[in-house]
Amino acid sequence: MTLSILLVVSAALFCIGLLAALSRRHAIYILIGIELMLAAANLNFVAFWRFSSQPQQPTGVMVAIFSIAIAAAEAAVGLALVIAIYRHYRTTNVDKLNQLKG
Amino acid sequence: MSSWIVTNVWLIPAVPLVASLIILSLANSRRKAAAGLAVFGQAIALTMSILAFLLTLQSPGFRAFHNFTWFTFGEQALRIGWVLDPLAAAMLMMITLVGLCIFVFSIGYMAADKDFSRFFAYLSFFSAAMLGVVIANSLLLLFVCWELVGLASYLLIGFWIDRPSAAAAAKKAFITTRIGDIGFFLGILWLYHSSGTLLFYDGGKGCLENGGLLLLGASATFVALLIFCGAVGKSGQFPLHVWLPDAMEGPTPVSALIHAATMVAAGVFLVARVYPLFSFGAIDGVTPSLTVVVSIGVITALMASLIALAQFDIKRILAYSTVSQLGLMMVSLGVGGVAAGIMHLIAHGFFKALLFLGAGSVIHSTHHEQDIRKMGGLRWVMPVTFLTYAIGMMNLSGVPFFFAGGWTKEEILHATGHWKLSHLPHYLMLAGVVLTALYMTRQMFYVFFGNKRAASEHAHESPRVMTMPLIVLAVCSIVLSMVLTPAWPWLHSYLSGKQPHFDVALLIQPMLFVSLVLVAAGIGVGCLIYRHAREVDPLAQAQPALFRTLENKFWLDELYDRTVVALARAAARWSDWMDRNVWDGLVRWFGGLGQSFGILTANFDERGINAGVDETTAGTRGLGRVISAWHSGQVQTYLATVAIGMLVLLILYAWLT
Repeated sequence: MTLSILLVVSAALFCIGLLAALSRRHAIYILIGIELMLAAANLNFVAFWRFSSQPQQPTGVMVAIFSIAIAAAEAAVGLALVIAIYRHYRTTNVDKLNQLKG
Repeated sequence: MSSWIVTNVWLIPAVPLVASLIILSLANSRRKAAAGLAVFGQAIALTMSILAFLLTLQSPGFRAFHNFTWFTFGEQALRIGWVLDPLAAAMLMMITLVGLCIFVFSIGYMAADKDFSRFFAYLSFFSAAMLGVVIANSLLLLFVCWELVGLASYLLIGFWIDRPSAAAAAKKAFITTRIGDIGFFLGILWLYHSSGTLLFYDGGKGCLENGGLLLLGASATFVALLIFCGAVGKSGQFPLHVWLPDAMEGPTPVSALIHAATMVAAGVFLVARVYPLFSFGAIDGVTPSLTVVVSIGVITALMASLIALAQFDIKRILAYSTVSQLGLMMVSLGVGGVAAGIMHLIAHGFFKALLFLGAGSVIHSTHHEQDIRKMGGLRWVMPVTFLTYAIGMMNLSGVPFFFAGGWTKEEILHATGHWKLSHLPHYLMLAGVVLTALYMTRQMFYVFFGNKRAASEHAHESPRVMTMPLIVLAVCSIVLSMVLTPAWPWLHSYLSGKQPHFDVALLIQPMLFVSLVLVAAGIGVGCLIYRHAREVDPLAQAQPALFRTLENKFWLDELYDRTVVALARAAARWSDWMDRNVWDGLVRWFGGLGQSFGILTANFDERGINAGVDETTAGTRGLGRVISAWHSGQVQTYLATVAIGMLVLLILYAWLT
């Protein structure tokens, strides 16, 4: 179990999340993709902490826990937005939600 | 009591003025109120004039004045005031009494006129202005009232505003008198410049007293002549007499007022008032300015009485007789007979008003016929008018004993006989007496004697409101003759400030016989020539060329038309041409200059400044279009952009390290 394996997994996870966020048209899938990218970032925090010089102090894991909490809040806001948008436009297809077009 | 009158003499003109203003503010339909107010105002003025007159009887040569500051400008105070002396008081009496008669007469004469009220307002105003002239103790105040008289005459001559001839006559009167007034005004300016005061009497400092006259010195002659210009215009003297006969276009009471009590009297009065200016530095009673006055007077008197011989309009004959009588008064003033001139002015005021009102009565009864050839035989139809008219005619012709005009005319002839410079005026005036008797006889025969002609078929005596003033005026002129006789020359003494004395022997003088013979000759010749007057004038048959010249007033109107009026027209046309072409052209050229400059700046604006701004905005808009294209509204595009950017940064980072 080395750091590089963890980083590779994390990078893979990020790429999968990015791919999901970019390729899917449904807003909820995009949110899921974003959550995946966040998870990759959290994994990186924990991995770098585990293989750091002071693994006894729970610094990295604390950041990850905070990040997860914030991500939860963000997901709640995101889902609420999606529901509001759906109620208004009767769709969740982001291609059609181009009202902010310049 | 006495001081109250002196300080309140101004009420005499003020009362008719206020009456006039009240009448003007009344509705035109309130005819009785208008006539009543005018007559009432005039009656009050007459009452006050009598009080003032009684005051001047206190002592010979009575003179009281009341001066006050009108306004101050800078260091100088402009003072005006009024004066009460025999001259003013006698004039006040004459104007208010004659005026009252004319006012009453007008009630009958104008009864059918639609502008009855306006007429009485103007009459009152006219009377007020003239009374103002008489009491003024300042040349400036006199000038103001003088111009008001001019305005009133303009309004009244042109009273029948719908008649073009009346409007033309009013304009002619106004403009002609204005020509004289220019001279008058220059005289006032000169007088003020030289003597520093316009007050007549100011306790020794006035311009008619030693203080002012000495300051004036030699320029007194020029000042006097300039002031005389005004008198020439107002009193219808040659060469400015042309307006006076045309003024007959106004209603007959107006003619009476203009010719008897006001307006024309103003000129003679003015010369009498400023007489010290004329006589200053006199040698044997002769000064250059007085000689001019005599010359003008002689020319006017003779010319007018000749013209009167060949006129057919009953009022025009009287108008020319007025002109000639005014000339006679001027001669009298010029030769030193101031009192005689003023006496004749006052007597003339009465009998000329009488004649004009008589003519008005005739015109009224013949349904506005003024041509004497169409009258005739009116003596049985209109006895009162005939008798009073005959009295007026006797006065005018100069029949002595019972007629005021006879005595005053004799007085004037007497004065001309004593003139040191020449006896020519004396003989010419004697000829004038014959002419006057002649043309008045002619008129009497045409109007009252002979057979009835077209206009007198349905004639009738005028109502009492018109005959009463005639009787009053006739009685006045006879009563006045009592105080004019050489035996008891009360009026003469009163005017010249002496004590009258009674002496029957003075009644019989050589001049009396001379004038008796002359008047008898005039009337006798008149009877011979005109006894069987027909439609064609006997003189016209005998001397057609001469008659035509006289009938056309020596072609003076035509001469003025060809010279002065033509000159004025040419000047007007020239200035019109200058205005249209030269000045307008200049203005247009400058306008064009401004216009082309405007076009230039407009182009610069369009092409230069606007183009720059347009370019900038187009650029901004293009940039905006490009940038707005990036904002597709597609969140995934944004996300992809972020990702690619991140990737590029990573690659750059890796490559650089």
